[in-house]
Amino acid sequence: MAALESGLEAAEIDLTVTPLRELNAALHAVAADSTARYRVLNPRGAHALAVGLDAPLQVEIEGHAGYYCAGMNKQATVRVHGNAGVGLAENIMSGTVVVEGNASQSAAATGRGGLVVVRGSAAARCGISMKGVDVVVHGSVGHMSAFMAQKGRLVVCGDAGEALGDSIYEARLYVRGSVAGLGSDCIEKEMRDEHRFELAELLDAAGVKGAEPSEFRRYGSARRLYNFDVDNAGEY
Amino acid sequence: MCGIAGLFSKTDEMEAALGGHLAEMLLQLGDRGPDSAGVAFYRNPVQPGSCKVTLHSPDDRVDWQGVSAALGETFGAGEAEVRASHAVIAVEADAPAVVPWLRERYPELRPMSAGEAIEIYKEAGLPRDFVARFELASMDGSHALGHTRMATESKVTTDGSHPFSTGLDLCLVHNGSLSNHNRLRERLRAEGIDFQTENDSEVAAGYLTWRMREGASLEAALEGCLHDLDGFYTFAVGTADGFAVLRDPIACKPAVMAETDHWVAMASEYRAIAVLPGAEDAATWEPEPGRVYSWERQLV
Repeated sequence: MAALESGLEAAEIDLTVTPLRELNAALHAVAADSTARYRVLNPRGAHALAVGLDAPLQVEIEGHAGYYCAGMNKQATVRVHGNAGVGLAENIMSGTVVVEGNASQSAAATGRGGLVVVRGSAAARCGISMKGVDVVVHGSVGHMSAFMAQKGRLVVCGDAGEALGDSIYEARLYVRGSVAGLGSDCIEKEMRDEHRFELAELLDAAGVKGAEPSEFRRYGSARRLYNFDVDNAGEY
Repeated sequence: MCGIAGLFSKTDEMEAALGGHLAEMLLQLGDRGPDSAGVAFYRNPVQPGSCKVTLHSPDDRVDWQGVSAALGETFGAGEAEVRASHAVIAVEADAPAVVPWLRERYPELRPMSAGEAIEIYKEAGLPRDFVARFELASMDGSHALGHTRMATESKVTTDGSHPFSTGLDLCLVHNGSLSNHNRLRERLRAEGIDFQTENDSEVAAGYLTWRMREGASLEAALEGCLHDLDGFYTFAVGTADGFAVLRDPIACKPAVMAETDHWVAMASEYRAIAVLPGAEDAATWEPEPGRVYSWERQLV
């Protein structure tokens, strides 16, 4: 099962033969600086695929993934050639997670760093409580996305569902299509050059073609909900 | 938690092997619901004017052929087809005549379902034991629903297991929990709907029964759930011709659907669909919250 360190050829792990725990144990056992490549065959919706990685590995998941795929990822690049279930890249710290298909609910939830790319659409609560992760969705996101988002950027090339950015802190949201509704304390904000610049970088990093930063609108916190306002002191 | 599976065959080949495929789906959902398991199969329809009843007996010494003989003397009936603690009997009369007769004559037996094609089997215990004991792999059918239960709202018993019958050839499986079931149960009792348990899902089933009794279509009755039920739910509802799926507007409970030229499936998790033939190439999607999805067999 040892991966080839050349970086050219990938070690193959077939989950119809190898138990999931052995896969994750093998991915955890690599050298701290390993850039080895792995191909995971027949994932068949298994949960907790490639979780807790902490090396610059390249992991290709050849099919649909179940819940919590690539959770807590550090450094590694995990690519799902299919759809991903609930909680994709939950609490990602760094590295990159790419889903070629759609992602279910709570993608990139609580993520602290790194980049999550969904080439299809993401369901409800995408980027919930994000704390520094960047999320780029080529399609649309469901309701309550970026709920209580604290830090990081969420880019949606399609539409956003109800209550986008409810109770948001300092994350920045960019949406190209329609927004069904903004959540509490989330407002549209001016697109300045610095925003167009960072958006262009994110679109490029996520491989988005044919979308210009000028087509997006920016949303963020009105800062009325989470800031203590001395004028309200009498309310307490 | 709970797990739901629904499978609808589009080909004769799939129809012949339906039980084996649904069994595989239930085994994948065993982790989501180790307390009990149940299925509704739609198969071997009887002629109009006749009905099929599925009965459960808590006592394994029950004389099923005696029951079918008594039904035969009164209405005309076939032999009892026994499957573990349940038996299916085809009766040459309409269900509204047969079921009250059975309840009076055999109060110790519990009618699980009645209709032209439906058969409901359910039992407390691990899904894998259920699949083996009820020999699901030997069953055919046009479509079927399954459920694995992790109990939250009422006792782990056969009666508290899913599917719940919601009328002739209708049944419901539920993943979630309802908050307003006590008050709604009282309201529905006042409308003459009968309840066997304190289970929240049975109230959802009773609600659908009531709405359709009052003339609502299945789709309209399901849309009514969005107004009248408070809580979390993914529902799958089986009908004589197909099945329907609804998630609550917040969509806390998961659901995934997939379709090929051979079948349509829904499940709580994709891994329960991955076991179906050709799943890797199926169109696969997550049903939107608050939207009714339904499939019906083509009536040729």
